[in-house]
Amino acid sequence: MLVKSKPGLFQRFYVVEILKGLAITMRKFFFGKTVTIQYPEERREYSDRFRGMHYIKSVNGVENCTACMLCPTVCPAECIHIEAGERPDKEKYPVKFEIDSLRCCFCGMCEEACPKDAIKLSNIYEMSQTSREVYDKKFLMEQRGHK
Amino acid sequence: MNISPFFFYLFAGSAIAFALLTVLKKNPVASAFSLILVFFSFAGIYALLGAHLVAAMQVLVYAGAIMVLFIFVIMLLNADTPSFDMGRSHRLLRWGSAVLGLALFATFVWVFKNSAALGTKGAFTPVAIEAAGGNTQVLSELMFSEYILPFELTSVLLLAAIVGAVAIAKRGKKRVGHAG
Amino acid sequence: MDQLDWIITVGKCALIAFILLQVVPLMVWVERRGSALMQNRLGPNRLGPLGLFQGIADAVKMLFKEDRIPGHVHALYYKLAPVVCLVPAFMTFAVIPFGSQITVGERVLNFQVADLNVGLLYVFSIASLGVYGIIMAGWSSNNKYALLGSLRSSAQMISYELSLGLSVIGILMIFSSVKLGDIARQQGEILLQLGPISIPKWGIFVQPLGFLIFMTSIFAETNRLPFDLPEGESEIVAGYHLEYGTMQFGLFMMAEYINMTVGAAMITTLYFGGWQLLPGMSAIHAHLGDLLALSDMAREWVRVGLEITSFTLKVVFFLWFFVWVRWTVPRFRYDQVMDLGWKVMLPLSLVNIFVTGVLIYYKVI
Repeated sequence: MLVKSKPGLFQRFYVVEILKGLAITMRKFFFGKTVTIQYPEERREYSDRFRGMHYIKSVNGVENCTACMLCPTVCPAECIHIEAGERPDKEKYPVKFEIDSLRCCFCGMCEEACPKDAIKLSNIYEMSQTSREVYDKKFLMEQRGHK
Repeated sequence: MNISPFFFYLFAGSAIAFALLTVLKKNPVASAFSLILVFFSFAGIYALLGAHLVAAMQVLVYAGAIMVLFIFVIMLLNADTPSFDMGRSHRLLRWGSAVLGLALFATFVWVFKNSAALGTKGAFTPVAIEAAGGNTQVLSELMFSEYILPFELTSVLLLAAIVGAVAIAKRGKKRVGHAG
Repeated sequence: MDQLDWIITVGKCALIAFILLQVVPLMVWVERRGSALMQNRLGPNRLGPLGLFQGIADAVKMLFKEDRIPGHVHALYYKLAPVVCLVPAFMTFAVIPFGSQITVGERVLNFQVADLNVGLLYVFSIASLGVYGIIMAGWSSNNKYALLGSLRSSAQMISYELSLGLSVIGILMIFSSVKLGDIARQQGEILLQLGPISIPKWGIFVQPLGFLIFMTSIFAETNRLPFDLPEGESEIVAGYHLEYGTMQFGLFMMAEYINMTVGAAMITTLYFGGWQLLPGMSAIHAHLGDLLALSDMAREWVRVGLEITSFTLKVVFFLWFFVWVRWTVPRFRYDQVMDLGWKVMLPLSLVNIFVTGVLIYYKVI
């Protein structure tokens, strides 16, 4: 419910009220603490659960992924494209693993669906590009600065 | 005060040109803008005559205030080009207005030709005005001493106009209230 | 008028135009930094010391953008409007005195471009023309929001021009002159002597009510925030300059800030003593003269310098005040603006004239 307090006669003579307001802004101007994060130099701390750029986890240079196709199945944006293949050291592996990050909605379902803990979302959030290339397997395997 | 002929012809020419544009332009807002420039040219001529106060008042009142009101009304009514196109008038009306216009022009010429007061100078020469403390002082003193009665009567006239406007506005409001 | 006089006059015009143009990027910077600090932000701080060169970067950006004209506008008026907005803003400053006079040899040097006989009336008549730029822009843009902006602007202009004009009548009655030079000069007289403190006859002390009305009307005339309805970005997008881009938009911006400067200079001249020295400055002048053992001529120059400094400081304060108020007070609703103009400001200014008349009649002032 909207409760309106009726301004008194003194308040309706706006000059004093405006002066009070001016005092508040002036106090902020001189003593207010700025909360700006100066971006390239300072960065916001994100939680570890932040869903940023994808990567494929690997052990000793061998990807965890077994091309089980669970993640492209579950992906609501249909942005993951996998082609499976065979390799002497591994029964099934992804020959091609592409993620079209322009379609991705960063819901994190692929990460939850993955039985091998292979596809993960890092907390890298600077993903601007000058071209529309999809992330290929080589790119996803490099874990850029992420622990 | 030496009137520079160049500037006189400049302002007079622009006044006539823009007055013609005011009449001939189809778009009402464009006409209004031309009318502002006419007022400006007049102000220029007044300033050339040494009547700075009249010039300032011309710009302040006519070009500044009244024309803003005009344009406000034109834009509020959204008077577009077609609504001002009244169609072709009757032939008799056209010829009649042309004849009447010419007659009016002839009357003006006749009056100016035969006016006895033309070219005679009154007590207020530029030198006398300068000595009395300038245009503004002289005009205000005259207005508030010798011509106080006509001045006040004019304000009564304006007051009557204001009261009339308020009365009309009030009556219109009441009717709307009844309808709703 | 001999040749030197012409040179001096042209020089003064050029100087004022130059300074007014410099005010614009500076004020944009002050506005952005000031608002940022008031809102716990930082504002532009990258380019130059404290981000001071941001204005230059903005100007360069605007100048190098493609100058394109939308297809649905009245091209002639569309192009003309920013100029119509800007020119009156510059013209008004011609009669504002920014210093008293100094006698060099036989020549009296006035620190004012033209001390017109009609002084104040000239300011009002030119200032009232600034609205045509806005009207023209709004109408020629052929856009409903732009038209709404210019409608609002013209209505607001008519409403507040009245109280603006009537509020200074009190000043004219007290100083009995419309010449701004005279008004500034007479404000140096002493109104009251309270022990060691002498209160000068500044407009604010003899016309406090008139000052409030004048200030409010100036805010309305310059379309600054409590009255920025023609622009009203949260209601009608950007109002009258909605269809403008590039430097044409920049010109509107410049006109706004130059109008602000003229408004601040008018408030200073009429109500804060114009070029009269700030309290304490006359002592500085005397001490400085004695300390450096200056000649009379040099003392005169120091006096003029201090006068121009005081004028500038006062104007700078009021420019800051414009910014300060903008980030404090929210925008009025349209009907509130009209109510304030016609039902409060106009009667109050009439009362002010009446009271001033009575006080003058009984020789209180």
